[in-house]
Amino acid sequence: MEYKDYYQILGLERDASQDEIKRAYRKLARKYHPDISKEAGAEDRFKEVGEAYEVLKDPEKRAAYDQLGSGYHAGQEFRPPPNWDEGFEFHGGGYTAADPEVFSDFFESLFGRGGFSHGFGGARQRHYHAHGENTYAKIAVDLEDSYHGGTRQIALKHSELGPDGRPQLKERKLNVKIPKGVTEGQQIRLAGQGEPGFGEGKPGDLYLEIAFNPHPLYSVEGTTVYLNLPVAPWEAALGAKVKVPTPEGAINLTIPADSGNGSRLRLKGRGIPAKTPGDMFVVLQVVAPPAGTEAEKEAYRAFSQAFTFDPRSGLGS
Amino acid sequence: MKPGQREEISGAILDEESELTLGELCRACDIAAEEVLALVEEGVIEPRGRSRTRWRFSGICVRKVRRVYSLERDLGLNLAGAALALELLEEVERLQARLARLERERGRR
Repeated sequence: MEYKDYYQILGLERDASQDEIKRAYRKLARKYHPDISKEAGAEDRFKEVGEAYEVLKDPEKRAAYDQLGSGYHAGQEFRPPPNWDEGFEFHGGGYTAADPEVFSDFFESLFGRGGFSHGFGGARQRHYHAHGENTYAKIAVDLEDSYHGGTRQIALKHSELGPDGRPQLKERKLNVKIPKGVTEGQQIRLAGQGEPGFGEGKPGDLYLEIAFNPHPLYSVEGTTVYLNLPVAPWEAALGAKVKVPTPEGAINLTIPADSGNGSRLRLKGRGIPAKTPGDMFVVLQVVAPPAGTEAEKEAYRAFSQAFTFDPRSGLGS
Repeated sequence: MKPGQREEISGAILDEESELTLGELCRACDIAAEEVLALVEEGVIEPRGRSRTRWRFSGICVRKVRRVYSLERDLGLNLAGAALALELLEEVERLQARLARLERERGRR
């Protein structure tokens, strides 16, 4: 297993005071909390930070960790020296809110799993009711999945009792049907796919929170879908019929005469097909063609002759 | 669940229009009814219906409750603080989506 440098994880020197440790932990916990940070890998960082704090906040565990020495560096292959913890008695200085089930092998090899002989009081009080616990995960889908429905595979990690009676981290793959009309931030409930129940109890449910993968064409806010549509100045001025992509397929759209840059055309009910379907907006982007050839330059000159147009009239004198 | 099982599983969307009773919300969030009452009093979630036995919560309450509780527990906040954090986070998410769209509009000009 790999050595973990808990000081480095919290961005601290080895002689940091307990106050500094607490401050560093609090700051990083706020930064990487999976409900706050949208950064990829935030959740793993959050767990790592929680594990580091679990050890360093408790003077007994910290002292034991420190006497492993500073000779290791992060990621180095590590085996705990025999009797490394001789002379230490862990009183379980109160667990943090971190979930001990997600602690690393490195942590476990030093401090055991889920607490010490003297009671493991703080963190996760497992309710020994019959129902299994509900579990939560995030899933990224494409906008098209919400329009047409689709199937996504998701890999879930969970712990299971192994043959040696110790919990093991297992991966479970599920093929999940993405129902039509989902929007970002909504959850899908998969009945019975959570943690197994105790005894005769039913398993909990699995809640999947939906996020959309970024789309090359469309932006989405709630159930509203936006498309930027480039148009030529004459199309905007005179009106035109153009072919426009929508997530449901291309349509012929009439651009009314006298449209301008930023004009929005509403396609009612062509947003996300939720129970109350959203709208789609086509936002016009007037693009002026570059004048390359002599004929094109001549056209621009004729243009300037025909108009009395001051694009800077709004700037004052 | 057998390993290697690959059947398709379908679920139900929890949205504004789905309705949960007090008991269903408690089970969905693994919390006690008293905790739901505290969340209602704090204004984090709003039930439809007058009396508690007739309360109905919309599907989006499940995610709100879960986020408030994990913020409270993981960051050492009290309920009011976590409720405020959730409101601000939701506002940030709305603004980020809007900003991404507007940046796209400008970029294409």
